[in-house]
Amino acid sequence: MRFNKWVVSLLLIMMVMVITACTSNSENSTDGSSIENIKKRGKLVAGVKFDTYLFGYKDPADQQIKGFEVDLMKAFAKKLLGDENKVEFKEVTSKTRIKLLDAGDIDLIAATMTVSEERKKQVDFSNIYFLAGQSLLVKNDSTIQSIKDLKGRKVSTSKGSTSAKNMKKMAPEAILEEYENYADSLTALKSGKVEAVTTDDSILMGMQQQNPDLKLVGGQFTKEPYGIAVKKGNSELQKELNAFIKEIWDNGQYATLYKKWFKKEPAKELPTDSVLQTN
Amino acid sequence: MDFSFLDVYKDSFIHGFVTTIEVSVVALILSLILGVIIAIFRISRVKPLEWFGTAYVEFFRNTPLVIQIFFFYFGLPSLGIDLSKFMVASLGLAIYTSSFIAEAVRAGIQSVNKGQMEAARSSGLNYIQTMWHVILPQAFKIIVPPLGNQFINLVKNSSILALIAGGDIMYAADEAAVDYDVIPIYIFVAGLYLLLTIPLSLAVNFIERRWAKQGSR
Repeated sequence: MRFNKWVVSLLLIMMVMVITACTSNSENSTDGSSIENIKKRGKLVAGVKFDTYLFGYKDPADQQIKGFEVDLMKAFAKKLLGDENKVEFKEVTSKTRIKLLDAGDIDLIAATMTVSEERKKQVDFSNIYFLAGQSLLVKNDSTIQSIKDLKGRKVSTSKGSTSAKNMKKMAPEAILEEYENYADSLTALKSGKVEAVTTDDSILMGMQQQNPDLKLVGGQFTKEPYGIAVKKGNSELQKELNAFIKEIWDNGQYATLYKKWFKKEPAKELPTDSVLQTN
Repeated sequence: MDFSFLDVYKDSFIHGFVTTIEVSVVALILSLILGVIIAIFRISRVKPLEWFGTAYVEFFRNTPLVIQIFFFYFGLPSLGIDLSKFMVASLGLAIYTSSFIAEAVRAGIQSVNKGQMEAARSSGLNYIQTMWHVILPQAFKIIVPPLGNQFINLVKNSSILALIAGGDIMYAADEAAVDYDVIPIYIFVAGLYLLLTIPLSLAVNFIERRWAKQGSR
C-alpha cells in the first residue's frame, strides 16, 4: 500500500499548513504597536511606498526615502518621540501593506491608501489627510481622452489597489492588466503593452513629471480619500494620528509640506469621511 | 478557514488553472526539443556550434527567470518584436528550462558507451541517425529522473506569469487577495499546483520503472 502511505503523508503536510495558518491568525493583539511600545523601542516603523514619486519614493541619487507621506511620518515621529529621525521606513506595495501591518512588521501604513468600507473591516483608518481621484495617464499622441474611450483597450494598474475595482465597475469593457507595482504598470505603458495607466491622479502626476512624453486625461472620475491605517483595534495610535493631523493642519505645517511637494495651495479644508458616500 | 473568496473569484481561478496548464504544456514540449538540440550542439565537434551551445546554457541558466521574462515582455517591443503574453511565457519558460534540460541530456549522451556510437557509425548510419536511433533512446532512460525535476520546476515557475499580468493561477490569487485573507487563498493555490505536479511526479516515476524493466530484459 505504497500509495496510501503517500496520500496520508500529503494530507498531514496540508493539515500542518492549515494549522500554522490558523494559529498565526489568532494572535490579533496590537500590543507590538502600542504607543508605549513604540516609545520603548525608540522609533516608529512606518510602511510607505518606495516607488511612488511625490508620496514615497527612493531617490536614486542619495538612496533616501522622500515624499509627502514620508515628511508627514517624520513630523509624526517628532511629535511622538521628539525627533524626526526616529522613524524607520519599510517598503510596502498595495499588495503587501495590510499583511505587513497585521504581522506587526510596521506600526502604520502611510502609502496612498484609499479609505473604503471593505478595508475598514481589516484595518482602522485615521482621519483623511489627502483627497485624490482616479484618472488616466496616456502617451502624448494617444487618442484616449476619457474613460469612455477605453472600450477594448488595455489599461494597466497596480495589484491590490482600489483602481482595479473601480475600473471593472466603471469601464467593464476595458481590458485591465494588473502589475506588481506602479513602476511595472508604467513600464507596460512606455513599452506599448498597454495604452493607459489608471490610478489616483496624485500618483499619475508624479509619473508624468518624470516622463514628459506622457499626459493625464479624463479628469477625476472617482474620489480617493487617503487615510493612515493602523492595526484593527489600535484606537490609541489612531487617536494620536487624528490629533497629529489636526495639529499640523492648524499650525500650517500641512500647507508647507503640501506646497513643497505639489507646488500648489492645499484645499480650504481637509475632506471628511463623508466624501466616501459620494463614491 | 474561510474559502468564501471562491464565490467571487471562481471564474478567475478556473481561467488561471487552464492558462497555467496551457503554458506549461507548450513550454514543456518546446523545452524538451530545444534542450536536445542544445545538448547536441554542446558535444558537437563543430566548434562554433559547441560555443553557441555553451553560451546558451551558461547565459540562460545563470540569469534569473524574472529578468528573462521581463526582457522578452518589456524589452523586445523596443526592437520591434511584440510577443503576446502567452508567447512570452511559453517561450521564456521553455528557453530557461531548456538550458537545464540540455545539461541533463548532455550528461545522458556522454554516459552512453562510446562503442555504441562507433558500432552504429561503422554499420552505416550517419551521425543524426545514430543519435536518434541508438544514442538518445539509451540516454533518455538514464535521465528520466532529472528531466522529471525540470518539468515539475517548469510548472511551478509558470507562476512568474502573474508578474506580467498573465492571468495564471497566481494572478487569480493576487486578484482575490485584495479583499480576502491571503492564507486560505495561498493554501488553495498550493493545492491547485499540487494537482498539476503530483500527477507529473507519478508519471515520471511510472516511466522510470517501466523503462528500467525494459532495460533489464
